[in-house]
Order: sequence, then structure tokens, then C-alpha cells
Amino acid sequence: MTTIRIDGRDWPTRSDINLLQACLEAGANLPYFCWHPELGSVGACRQCAIKQFSGPEDRKGRIVMACMTPVSENAIISIDDPEARDFRASVIEWMMVNHPYDCPVCEEGGECHLQDMTVMTGHNTRRYRFTKRTHRNQDLGPFVKHEMNRCIACYRCVRFYRDYAGGDDLAAFASHDNVYFGRAEDGTLQNAFSGNLVEICPTGVFTDKPFSAVYTRKWDMRGAPSVCVHCAVGCNTIVNAREETLRRVLNRYNTDINRYVLCDRGRFGHGFVNAPTRIRTPLRIIDGQQVPVPTADALTAFAHMATKGRVVGIASSRAALETCFSLWALVGAKHFSTGQTRQEQECAELAHALLTRHPGALPTLHEMESADAVLVLGEDVCATAPRLGLSLHQSVRQASFHTADNAKVPRWMDAAVRTLGSECPSTLHILTPAPTDLDSVAAETFHAAPDDIARLGFAIAHEIDPSAPPVTDLTPDDAARVARLAQTLMAARKPLIVSGMQYGSRALMQATSSIAAALARTTPAAGLSLVLPECNSMGLAMMGGLSLETVMEQARAGEIFTLIVVENDLTRHLDPADVADLVATVPNIVVIDHTMTPLCQHASLVLPIAAFSECNGTLVNQEGRAQRFFQAVFPPAPIQAGWRWIQTLARGLDPSTLPVTGLIGWGSLDAVLAALATAFPGLAPAAMAAPGGDYRINGEKLRSQTYRASGRTVIRSFVSVRDQPPPASPDTPFSSSMEGAYEPDMPGALVSFYQTPAWNSVQALNRFQFEIGGPLRGGPSGICLLSPAENKNTQARPYTYTTDIPPPYVPQANVVLVLPDTRLFGSEELSMFSPPIMERSSAPTLGLPANTATSDRMMLHLEDGPHVLPVKPVPGLPADTALCPAHMVARAFRFPRMARLEDFPGEGERT
Amino acid sequence: MFNTLRTLLLTALHAFHRRATVQYPEQQPYLPPRYRGRIILSRDPDGMERCVACNLCAVACPVDCISLQKTETDGRWYPEYFRINFSRCIFCGFCEEACPTYAIQLTPDFEMGEYARPNLVYEKEDLLISGTGKYPDYSFYNVAGIPIPGKARGASERERPPVDLHSLLP
Repeated sequence: MTTIRIDGRDWPTRSDINLLQACLEAGANLPYFCWHPELGSVGACRQCAIKQFSGPEDRKGRIVMACMTPVSENAIISIDDPEARDFRASVIEWMMVNHPYDCPVCEEGGECHLQDMTVMTGHNTRRYRFTKRTHRNQDLGPFVKHEMNRCIACYRCVRFYRDYAGGDDLAAFASHDNVYFGRAEDGTLQNAFSGNLVEICPTGVFTDKPFSAVYTRKWDMRGAPSVCVHCAVGCNTIVNAREETLRRVLNRYNTDINRYVLCDRGRFGHGFVNAPTRIRTPLRIIDGQQVPVPTADALTAFAHMATKGRVVGIASSRAALETCFSLWALVGAKHFSTGQTRQEQECAELAHALLTRHPGALPTLHEMESADAVLVLGEDVCATAPRLGLSLHQSVRQASFHTADNAKVPRWMDAAVRTLGSECPSTLHILTPAPTDLDSVAAETFHAAPDDIARLGFAIAHEIDPSAPPVTDLTPDDAARVARLAQTLMAARKPLIVSGMQYGSRALMQATSSIAAALARTTPAAGLSLVLPECNSMGLAMMGGLSLETVMEQARAGEIFTLIVVENDLTRHLDPADVADLVATVPNIVVIDHTMTPLCQHASLVLPIAAFSECNGTLVNQEGRAQRFFQAVFPPAPIQAGWRWIQTLARGLDPSTLPVTGLIGWGSLDAVLAALATAFPGLAPAAMAAPGGDYRINGEKLRSQTYRASGRTVIRSFVSVRDQPPPASPDTPFSSSMEGAYEPDMPGALVSFYQTPAWNSVQALNRFQFEIGGPLRGGPSGICLLSPAENKNTQARPYTYTTDIPPPYVPQANVVLVLPDTRLFGSEELSMFSPPIMERSSAPTLGLPANTATSDRMMLHLEDGPHVLPVKPVPGLPADTALCPAHMVARAFRFPRMARLEDFPGEGERT
Repeated sequence: MFNTLRTLLLTALHAFHRRATVQYPEQQPYLPPRYRGRIILSRDPDGMERCVACNLCAVACPVDCISLQKTETDGRWYPEYFRINFSRCIFCGFCEEACPTYAIQLTPDFEMGEYARPNLVYEKEDLLISGTGKYPDYSFYNVAGIPIPGKARGASERERPPVDLHSLLP
């Protein structure tokens, strides 16, 4: 810590930051553009000019760029100095010379950093009387809209896109006044993080295209803190809604997880909420046809079903903890299924067990960024957990940071550190069956069948800790690779081993855990991370239940009379033959879901559930962090939260049919969580993931609209001119209107939008942090269920290595090993109901090792019949394997599996 | 005594003054063009809707009686709906001041009495007039940077044609 004097006032500050950060942390309003907490400083925009004085006697001082000047002991600076003010005013006047008169028709207006900074600088009249430079725009695909005239050339976009996210199809072109940021030619931005340009760009050059179609100003939207439901990483988001429809998803800062960046699937995957596939009324089969029925009719029908025989409940790994638990309470533990196949369930439960037993560290995404040796074992993290992949991408920079530290270059001095880093070797090692997007930055990649990779993993564990079981019959090449990787990992101070469930291989996860545990003997910081498939996979693994196979056995035995399926499309888990069996043997299937999935066609009763933006609930991410999402939309009846539906069903029952004592009395989400804590002590802390519904600041609820939300007295007047009270819910501490408390110090889990006086853009975030890039002022969001304390206890017990090492993969004649080709856009269920994601996903192809395809279309024989697929050669894919897009070819896709592959007979006719 | 007589005289003299009472509605008062009465939405000189759905009128409205939703055709922004609840409107004219396109204007018409409040909820078709209102020559899209049908990029007032990025000239 050190002290600097800003305009005559002393402020304690950190010594490893720059003056701009120090000024912002001190609460000063200093305009800036090119600096970004995650991107560092380049001094491109010249906007943050301040005056620095060499000592108390120095009256003249000199103008410096705050973002390029490190904090020095007792530095004396002035922001208010007239010369510095004039300087900043001239800079912004120059920037605005070519800026079009667009604000009324610009999607950034009202939350524009350029507007904020222009007002802050005091520039309000254009003196420039000459013509403005213009640019042609590009079509950048379904996510991002391009309007180049608004550019101020701060270079944030290319620095984010190329340097930070690793993209290569956005660049700066031309020179001086004409500088242009775009692609070489029109086309979709290919990087998985292109949507962040919307938030990174301080002006309206890059705006959110799906949001533009339903555009509303920031001040008019209700915000709610939420959690992304499109993968298991659990990125924090803000959902924005107006007129009870979801408008957009924004990034919400969580210092441990997503920080400033969200992947495109998370940002644009919310479209399923407003899609025509939404279920909005109960549906019941009457005379063989599904027809909308009133809620009372549906409840009577269910009560009738429940009296007839056994009720079995199938939960889902994409449903909230509360929904799953209420179903558990309704049907009882013996009849509760997790809705996963045995393979999925065993893998998820194994992941939980391995993380709990791991003697080292369980790093957060932010901690992964500082890992100095990373080994990825059989998981394409860029597709299954994109934000985690981005963190691993950042870990590659660790070496450059150490070099910079040695050279006494501050880490935020971006250009210099990157120049130094160009010489540094990568610290990322990837062993996967198929090539991944991270391969380009990896020091070493190796592609083999999942079992072979697991064997390599076990061998590495043995190399590190000789007490781990050895692997025999390694080829000399593999042995050398194992020795090399073990050496690298042992030399690291913060090694990290990552794997996951993508290939459904228990051996891969065991091997990963063995390496991490072996490393943890000598390096306590050795990290383990396992990627799970769905947003609540971990929560469900902690609850446990029957697998789908067990349910199928019971169904075939005729023991199930009614099946309640909550937010689960069983056709994605069960083969068509099994689904047909289930429909044939179970008389009543009740589906409670928000989207019309193929399973709904078979349901005798369908109930409309609230989607994530319309209810409150808790999700447990893959690292065991319970996080609460809140509703931004108050859906019209009969749509309601999952646990409320199940409670409604229970209330309609005759008490003698099902013993559902506790369930009926729950009044709010907090009561559900309290009951959950009693039933599942391991999940008890989930109640503390966010403050409860009775949380108040100064006796007030928290407002979820800005103070300047408009249209209060008219927005509903086409329905009724009488004013209605704003909707309310006992589950949240939020008021649904603009009334209530809002301050930068409010709990981190309850930040519903970022706005502070003079800061209307997302850059207002710096007012919510004590230290920029540090934790939120109001404390962390979410709570870790797998606490480090638990790990300390297990450290006393020695880690027992599994001896269950798989045999090497031996190719068989006439069949290939089909592996899932998980895709960022296309493999995930809900996001594929979102129009922009649908547009972005590409047609399924069959990936085969290069030079092995005999024709350009081949027929793959899966359980549900033959599929003709265009062949895409995948260089590096191991021999006798094929990559088939998960859930896109066969809807239920179990893997790894052997399948017959043959030439497509109609080949000659096609051309 | 004198004061009483004086008062009577003065009162009697008023009988010969000009009458202040206006025989409304037979006799209409003069209202200046900038009188703040019923709100209308005007059109461009070329007959297109002026409102670009920027929401500034709605946010300026102190009684929150304006609501609208943006939609877009060929680059031009429009309100999908535009609703004013005149039973709440206080005719302050802030919306007119906030409007960057002169679309929303207050007119010298105040005769808006209704028996039922729902009749005071005006939709876009009730508000939109066919003329330019008080500002006959102004068209927002002539000065804004975005292209619309009939106006190419770089063809707005005080704009240069688009930069040729393939040119090597400085």
C-alpha cells in the first residue's frame, strides 16, 4: 500500500496499479476509453490526461496519461487542474469530430460510455463545421451489429477479440482518420466470445443484434441477477425485461467466475424463453388430442391419476435445485429419478466424489487464469464450458507475466507485456481425442482415443507419485510424453488438471483426479477441475436418485402408473425404442416444462413452468458453487415456478394417496430451501447463496428498475386505464418497480443493473468494487458447497488411487468408435430454441481422420437407424474413430459407442 | 360615507367596461401556435413518420404517461406502438423539448373532455398527423449518420462519401 495525493486529498492505494485505476478506486470521475480492467492499458485514446507534480514545490506540473503512469509513492496529481481539463476537453472534441448525429437511433444510447465521458468532460457544442468521415458497415452475423461511423478508435475491440479471446477475424484496417475495425470481408464473427464486443466497445459500433429487434433503453428495463443455464460453469448474468418479456442477457461481474466476459451461447441463448415453442397453458389429452385446459381441470386430472397407482418423478439437471427437491418431496426418495442415464449419473456422481476427495485446490475460473501449467485431459472445454476455455486461454499468459515482473514492467502495461510474452513458451498441454480451439495456443497437443488418454493420465500420475498404480505396455513415444508432462507439472507452482464428462469416460476423470492428487502431495496448490454437462448437474449429483435405466425397468415391469417429468426431454437421453416402451408401459406421463419438447407429444398432461427469467431458484455449478437466479419477468398465470406447480399438484391430492406433508406448507422460496437443508445437509448452505426474500436495506426492498423507468402510468392502459399495483413475489428481496434501495454496497448476489451517478454504461461496474478487478463491495455472489475446509479434513486420510486402468483402445474390424463432437452452438438443448443460436449452428457433419474418407457422404449406423452425413476430414483424429455431433444426428446420443460406417450408396447420383 | 359612495361608483363604472367573459365555445379564444395542448406525432417533409422511437419523450415525462416500443424497417426506426395516457398528461411540454426529431409536438387544442377515462388513452394512429407541424423543413434522417432508402451512406448533411478501405492513399 502507498499513498497518493489527488487534488490535495490523500488516498491510500495499491502500488502495482496505474494512476487511472487509483483515481477510479478513489471515487474520482476521470474519463477514459481504451483502458479496460481485463485488457490493461495501451494509451491509445489520450482521454485520461491528468497533471502530475514532481513535489509539493512543483506548481507547474506536467500532463501525463493516467493509464500509462504507475502509482508511485506520494505521487501528487490533479484531475481538476485547468490545463488537464482543457486537454481532455480537446481530446474528446477531436473524437467527436466525425461522430454521427445518431444517438436517438443508436442501441447504445442511454448506456453509452462515450455519452457519459462526453458529459463528464463538458463537451456540449460542436465547433467543427466541416464534413464528417463515413465508413461502410459489415454484416457480422446474427449476434453483433456493426456501425463503424460511431468509432472513436480506442482499439478495445481488436485487443479483446484478438489478444484476449484469441479470435483472428476482426482487425484494424487503414490508417489515421480512416482507421476501420472489422473483418476482411462481410461474414459471421467466428469467435465464441464475439458478443462481448457489445460491452467492451465504449460506443455504439458493436451492438447486440437480437436485442436491437426488441430494443428498449436501459433505463426502461427491469433487471434481475441471474445465472446462465446453458452450461455448468454458472456464469453470472443480468437479465433485462420489459412488458413481461425477456429482452437481453448481460454479463454480471463475479470475481471468481466469469468476471467481465460471457460466451455467446450464454449471451444469446436466452431466446427459448420468448420462442413460439413456449408452453403457456396446461395441455391435456382429450379424445386423443392435446388441448389447452384450465388449471383446475389439469389438477383434477392429476389427482385422479395419482389415486390409481405409483407416481414416479423424473427431475432434470437443467432444473433448479428447488424444483428437483419439491419433486423429491412429492414422490419420495424411492421414486425419484435424476433423469440421467446411468452413465451420466455415475459420471456426475464420480465428479462430485473426486472433487470432494481432492487433497489440493479446487480453483475458480479466475484462479485458473494464473495456473502456470495446465493439462487438459479428454475434454473440449471450448465447446462444453466455453468460459472455462477462455480462462485456460489466459493461463497461457502466465509466463509473460513472470517475464514482465522480472523486467520490472507492470502487468497492466498491455502492449509491452504482450511483446515480452511473444517469446514465452505456452504452458497449456492438451490430450484430447479431437482437435480443440485451444490447440493453437497449446505447447503440446496429442490426440488419441479416450481410453488411451486415460492411460496416459494414469501413467503421468504414476510418474509423479510412484505409489500410484503403473500403466504397462506404453509405447516409447508415450512413455517419453508421459515423462515430459510429469516433469512440466511437477516443476509448476500452480498446476491445474482439467477433464470432464464429454466422452462419458469415468477412467478419464479418475486419471485426472489421480494426477491432481499426486501433484498435491508436493504442491498444495495443485488444482482439479471437472466439467459437467448441465447447469445443475452438480446439484443433482449431490441429491442422488434413480437412473433412467432403473425407471425403465420399473416401467417395463408395469410398476409405474404416473410419471412426472420435470424440465427434462427424455428423448435426449433415451433411445427412440426406449421412449416408445416408456410411453407404451406408463399410462400417464405428466410433463412439466417451459418448452414444447418432443417428449410433450407423448404426455397425457403438460403443465407450463416458468423459465429461468421468470422464477427464482438455485443452481449448483460444476465447482459446487450454489448460486441464486432471480426473476425479471412476472409471467401471467398459469405459468409458475416448478416447485409451486408441484406444490399445487400436491395440494390437489387426497392426503392418503401420497405422504406429502411438508411440501404443502411452503410459503416462499426460503421455506423450500429450509426444508432442503433438513433433507440434504450437504446442500444446506445453498440457502445462503443469496439473501432471502426478507432481506431489506434500510427497511426497503431493492429496486429492480432504474429510478428513471418510464411509462408507469400508461404501459398497461390499453388493458385498463386504472393503475395496477406492481407485481410482487415473496421469494425475492426485490421490488418489481423503481421504488426501493439501490447502492453500490448492496450484496453481490443482488446487483440487478449497474448504474451510478455520471456512469450509465456497464463501465459503472468500477463503482461497485473497492479494487478494480477485485471482489464486489457487497461481498461474493453464491456460496461454495464443496468447501476447502472439507478438503483439509480429507488431507489427513491418504488419497487412494484407483487401480481401475482401462486397456488400450483396439480398433475392431468394420466398426468405428463414435465420439461426440460437442458443439458450442447446436449440442446444448435450450439454446437451440433461440433464433440467433439456431442461425449460428451449422449442419451436422461426420468427422473422420484425414485421408480416410472414401466418399464425401457416408452412412453411420446408430441405434435409431442409419444416418447419411457429409464427411468432414478432421486432421489429427485418431484412426478408427469418428466424430458425430452430439444430439444433432441421433437425438439421444450415448457415447462412446462402436458403430458401423459405410459408403453412402447414392453417391454417384448426387453430383 | 364617502368611501361607500366611491365604491358604488367604481362598481357602476364597470358596467361600461369591455366584457372579459368570452362566449366559449361559440367564440373561440386565440391560442398561439406554441400553446401546450393535445400532443401529436408529426411527419417528415417526405411524409414518413418522424418519430424514431428513441424513448426520450417517455423518459422526460414527469408523470410517466408515454410509452412506446421500437421497431425497424430498412434502417429507419419507428415506434411499433406509441401510447399516451392523456388522463395523466399534465401538458408540461417536456416531451416536445426532449424530442430530437421534432416528432412529438404540442398543439393549441385543449378540447379533450371525455366521459370515460379509457377514451383518453391515445394510440399511435390517434396521435399521428399527416403534416410536419411547427417545423416544416426538418428531417432527422438528413442529418443522422445512418443510411435509409433514398439516402446512401455518407450522403447526409456534412458527410463525406464512405472511405475506400482498399485505397493505399493516405
